[in-house]
Amino acid sequence: MSERILHRFPGGLHPAQHKTESNGTPIRHARLEGTLVLPLKQHIGNPAQPVVAVGERVLRNQLLGRADGFVSAPVHAPTSGTIVAIEERPVAHPSGLSAPCIVLEPDGLDEAMQAFDPWPDYRAIAPILLRERVREAGVVGLGGAVFPSAVKLAGSPGTPIHTVVLNGAECEPYITCDDRLMRERAGEVLRGGQILMHVVGASTCLVGVEDNKPEAIAALRAAAGELDDPRIEIVAIPTVYPSGAEKQLIHVLTGERISRETRATERGFLGHNVATAAAVYRAVVLGEPLTRRIVTLTGSGMQHKGNWDVPLGMLACDLIAQAGGYTPDVARLILGGPMMGFALGSDEVPVTKAANCLLALAAPDAPVDPLPLPCIRCGRCAEACPVELQPQQLLWDAKAGDFERAEKQDSLFECIECGICAAVCPSHIPLVQYFRYAKTEIWQREREKDKAAQAKERFEARNARLEREKREREEMLAKKRAQLAAQKAEGEGAGSGSDEKQKAIQAALERAKARKAGQQAPAEDTPSASTVAEAKEHDKD
Amino acid sequence: MLTALLIFTFFALVLGALLGYAGQAFRVEGDPLADKIDALLPQTQCGQCGYPGCRPYAEAIAEGRADINRCPPGGEATIKALADLLGVEPKPLDAEVGEEKPKRVAWIDEQVCIGCTLCIQACPVDAILGAPKLMHTVIVDECTGCELCVAPCPVDCIHMVPLKVELDQWRWPNPEQRREIAEGPGSVHAPSKPLEQHA
Repeated sequence: MSERILHRFPGGLHPAQHKTESNGTPIRHARLEGTLVLPLKQHIGNPAQPVVAVGERVLRNQLLGRADGFVSAPVHAPTSGTIVAIEERPVAHPSGLSAPCIVLEPDGLDEAMQAFDPWPDYRAIAPILLRERVREAGVVGLGGAVFPSAVKLAGSPGTPIHTVVLNGAECEPYITCDDRLMRERAGEVLRGGQILMHVVGASTCLVGVEDNKPEAIAALRAAAGELDDPRIEIVAIPTVYPSGAEKQLIHVLTGERISRETRATERGFLGHNVATAAAVYRAVVLGEPLTRRIVTLTGSGMQHKGNWDVPLGMLACDLIAQAGGYTPDVARLILGGPMMGFALGSDEVPVTKAANCLLALAAPDAPVDPLPLPCIRCGRCAEACPVELQPQQLLWDAKAGDFERAEKQDSLFECIECGICAAVCPSHIPLVQYFRYAKTEIWQREREKDKAAQAKERFEARNARLEREKREREEMLAKKRAQLAAQKAEGEGAGSGSDEKQKAIQAALERAKARKAGQQAPAEDTPSASTVAEAKEHDKD
Repeated sequence: MLTALLIFTFFALVLGALLGYAGQAFRVEGDPLADKIDALLPQTQCGQCGYPGCRPYAEAIAEGRADINRCPPGGEATIKALADLLGVEPKPLDAEVGEEKPKRVAWIDEQVCIGCTLCIQACPVDAILGAPKLMHTVIVDECTGCELCVAPCPVDCIHMVPLKVELDQWRWPNPEQRREIAEGPGSVHAPSKPLEQHA
């Protein structure tokens, strides 16, 4: 095997690793405990639509919520039990808000059903059916982005995929769930890679692993040797944050630089996390939906650090309690790594498909940052930025509220929110927070603009309708008036001739006569039809 | 000397004719400035500015009859955008038209509603659904929060409620305003309540 020439992306950082704290022990199987809370949206796209009712008994692997639309993913039951509620529950989100969840009370029997036919010989199955299987099994990107994998597998029209890139870089400090997975289930990962190659018709599979994980690399190489597949290449890459970002990893492995507007699939690359590949293997070969994931419990605030195979929906507090709980001086709980993760306001939130790490920090490791000092434009953030932005410039834009400039001129949306700029800033400015703020603010303004356009359209439509109704009413009245006039002309007969004056005098006389008759004998008899018509006519005049 | 004069006269006439023709041929229908102003207004159609809708207010601004600070739903952001467009100094919202409030939507207490249809007639964007003597309801997605339906209701069953923030519409707070959230790189805010101890 010839040595692959590796490339370097611009910028990057070497943060303290903290990996050995949690990667020394094998993955432990989390015991089911407490109620499971399964958010209907654990992925990017539309939330799943529940297909079970409250009170229904479900089996492990049973479908609970079906995918709604193309970019969506279903949710399955991780164990058998009863659905006790379908309601809003707090979920792991920086806002601390609630979202619709299916609440499952396990019955402890863990009765399973076979969700799908196992396809050990997947090579005989059409790629489109395999893609459908990946979709039905609820497989999403397990690196943390949780993008539905089947959507990625559909690729980009017109561009065949030539290379499957399996992402085992795991570049964030502290997190070791992919490390342990690659060490213990290397065969599953690589077989998943083979399935992905078969689905998209790729000829190469590159597995990129940072060189701080020699055991994982050795395990993968051993498994690759067993599979004896020359298409698979295990590549040790230098440990530089953020080499685990999809486009950065592709750059390191192949030298291809992919701009923001282009998707990796449009350039013939299909990137998947190693855990996603393992989930694809289980979905296709074993016929299992995605109902568990590996979660790293680590940090100075955690009594026992390690990796756990956790049923989705288990509350973080239950999991942490099972693992030994917090240290007494715990100060902060972060979901994800220290670079891109976010602090949780409460640990009573469920583990979802996105939860790769629960990082508890003790007080000394989680100091309250000093107040940010003014930007001195030292340029360190720009040097370290892996996508070559000018964070100091973007900071000005965000502070000034000049979002248009941030978006158009300073390419805000190129930002991958890796957090390096904030980490290197000597003034302790939380740069990445400004960029996240600016992005959501821009989206909000776009929504408001759409809403205003919609309101305007409805307002104008309503005005047009009122106008039309008014016109129609007037037309109707005019028509009626004309009809009456015609009737009257007919009733008076042809005898009186065409003399208008004569006619008017005649009508006035008749009206006077009728009034007189009415006054003299009010109760004598009912007025004749013609009198009524005339009276009406008179009223109108 | 005469030649030069003739040449210039000739050019002046030709160019003048061209300009005159272009002015006729490429005339812009309507008032483009009012359109631009209208595009910046929130289209709430609430009439708080004193004009019957956003478009009339936009026309009034374009003609210089109205000031730019009379739109409470648009608030500061709209005033700033209008000031940018018109090249004038932004000024604070006119207190006499109201104050900037967080966006709310109308909600009908359906137990109390008598089905009088008065609110339906008042709604400028047809966001209320119902029929005579039948319960009415608000289509939340279409409601602009103009409050025009509140006053006509004879049984006071319409309430303005804050709009529920959906998870995917949630916005990161401005770090300027929330300095205390500045934690380590990438992380967000400290837990709002202390973590439960399971040790």
